[in-house]
Amino acid sequence: MKLLVVGASSAIAHETARCFATDGAALFLVGRSAEKLAAIQHDLEVRGASQVVTYTLDLNDLAQHEAMIDAAFEALGGLDAALIAHGTLPDQAAVQASVEQALQEFQTNCLSAISLLTILGNRFEAQRRGCIAAISSVAGDRGRSSNYVYGAAKSALTVFLSGLRGRLEKSGVAVVTIKPGFVDTPMTAHVKKNPLFAKPDAVGKRIYTAMLKGQDVVYVPWFWRYVMLLIRVLPESMFKKLSF
Amino acid sequence: MANKACARDHRSWGRYPKIRQQKVVPVYWRDDQIDLSAIDGTILPYGLGRSYGDSCQNEGGTLIDIAPLNRMIAFDEDAGLLRCEAGVSLADILKVIVPRGWFLPTTPGTKFVTIGGAIANDVHGKNHHVAGTFGRHVTQFELLRSNGERLICSPEQNAEMYRATIGGLGLTGLILWAEFKLRRVPGPFIASEQIRFRNVDEFFDISAESEHRFEYTVAWVDCLAAGKQLGRGLFMRGNHAWPNKVPGKKAGQRSLFTVPVDLPWFALNMVTARVFNTALYHSQLGKSKRKVVPYDSFFYPLDMIHEWNRLYGSPGFIQYQFVIPFDHDRSAIKSIFKQISDSGVLSLLSVLKVFGDVPSPGMLSFPRPGVTLALDFPVRGQHTLDLLDRLDRVVQDEGGAIYPAKDSRMSAQGFQSFYPQWQDFSQYVDPKFSSSFWRRVTRTTE
Repeated sequence: MKLLVVGASSAIAHETARCFATDGAALFLVGRSAEKLAAIQHDLEVRGASQVVTYTLDLNDLAQHEAMIDAAFEALGGLDAALIAHGTLPDQAAVQASVEQALQEFQTNCLSAISLLTILGNRFEAQRRGCIAAISSVAGDRGRSSNYVYGAAKSALTVFLSGLRGRLEKSGVAVVTIKPGFVDTPMTAHVKKNPLFAKPDAVGKRIYTAMLKGQDVVYVPWFWRYVMLLIRVLPESMFKKLSF
Repeated sequence: MANKACARDHRSWGRYPKIRQQKVVPVYWRDDQIDLSAIDGTILPYGLGRSYGDSCQNEGGTLIDIAPLNRMIAFDEDAGLLRCEAGVSLADILKVIVPRGWFLPTTPGTKFVTIGGAIANDVHGKNHHVAGTFGRHVTQFELLRSNGERLICSPEQNAEMYRATIGGLGLTGLILWAEFKLRRVPGPFIASEQIRFRNVDEFFDISAESEHRFEYTVAWVDCLAAGKQLGRGLFMRGNHAWPNKVPGKKAGQRSLFTVPVDLPWFALNMVTARVFNTALYHSQLGKSKRKVVPYDSFFYPLDMIHEWNRLYGSPGFIQYQFVIPFDHDRSAIKSIFKQISDSGVLSLLSVLKVFGDVPSPGMLSFPRPGVTLALDFPVRGQHTLDLLDRLDRVVQDEGGAIYPAKDSRMSAQGFQSFYPQWQDFSQYVDPKFSSSFWRRVTRTTE
């Protein structure tokens, strides 16, 4: 298995990569910090990865995406799968006060992923096999007053993935949408924990199996599918009065 | 919802005493600028919370959660040297090393402890008589002090801090990563033997006979038996077995289940405990039973039941482990068994083992030559505590010691007599670090 992991120093991506590493996969890791990527590279090597290559890139630099993906294909001699896992959790107060910051968050959490998915989609379509997975969020299922800039970005990503899935279906390429709920990671370090928070290793394992099976839309943990089903059917007149 | 998937709480394993007023600060990257001095009040590292009492608690202060520091760093497969971050668990290490023919140099009865915790408590295992404690196999580690200093500690470098940190209860600073020696094994199986013994004397006979032939020895004792059967139980011994595969057996182990809720406190009483102990004692028909078993079921039978501590109900339980030097007529250990059996205090799983004389580099390490007994007592008020105070006195008179990793109640006077080197040790304690345990046992006793 030859796997590209974008946003590899995120806890969820790292846990997923560990599962593949244990199988002896070759991995191409992309992230902003060379130091963090090195720590993850060594971990995956000890756990059994056959090859680990790191590539430092700020993913908001869209112009570099093509070159990075070329480098991944070249370093591993092709790709069987890709996981897009980078993202940020914006401070809602800051993004509703500043257009610039709102658009910046949209760029990080949606547009940069769309850029990568467009390039990867075309490559995988041409090779007629493989699996592309991207981490969206349950926050994309409905806009909450406390988190709607992030939610809107993830919502657009979810719809993009859904369309891409339909297109690549004909080429035998799987597109997996991952919708985690709350996960106990550095991204949520400042958020008070409750029993709904999942551990990143459990989430990583679930993504791994979803990618191997080529599933369509996966909620992690599973119960979020039903929670979000309820939240989506609430009439807007009621929903707007809920402050969460 | 499966408990395994949920966010962590930060209690102790025995859930006694109940301590809640503490903040938790996770640390994610070992190379980050970690400013411990910026945190208000005292701090204490916290791993997987398998310490039973208050040595992993810091009431009114902050716990530094090291669980996210769970990355491997390097594995020299020829030399059997593994380097990993402090939050990596033994379970995680076994997954990596066993398929490649290596094993832990020694392991406690649970694999859900971190490397940082294994060092801080200088844990021991069923092979103490040949391998000594975990600390003996630690070649180096990095310690972050609250003044920002990062020290590489080894037997050669910062040797005093190395000796203080091994068995140092997390008080000397934050261990960021460690390197230690592994042991070669032929495969994932253990050739085990289980022998029934009728009393304490028989235990010592079997133990003496086993020491040279078996790498792993331990016994389970029925503490509720009295009279001629005082100290009866099952002796377990084993060696790493040659085959990599045993027909019809899986090398790994699946966890059976998670205890979903706290059992009501009355579920565990003298009657159920007696039934359980008697059933266990008679669970094998012949005098001895041999079989080849996966390493997991030999070393970690209790890990198969996730959150087994909930079986004791919400009041929690007290573990009590002591070591006393050998005495020729074995009168001290017999008198302890008699006191437990006479007291009518409930004790469930009791574990008896003979320690060897392999010294640990740790300044404050618990194991020392003699016999060690670990007992589980559900918390049932003053009656339980009074018994333990009486046992403390016997341990003290015999020149033994009580294990801090399992303690939640020994007196300051007791601790200071069990560990006379504590004052020497305290000069290595980081000024910002403290624990509920440390404050309790270092109170002046005049």
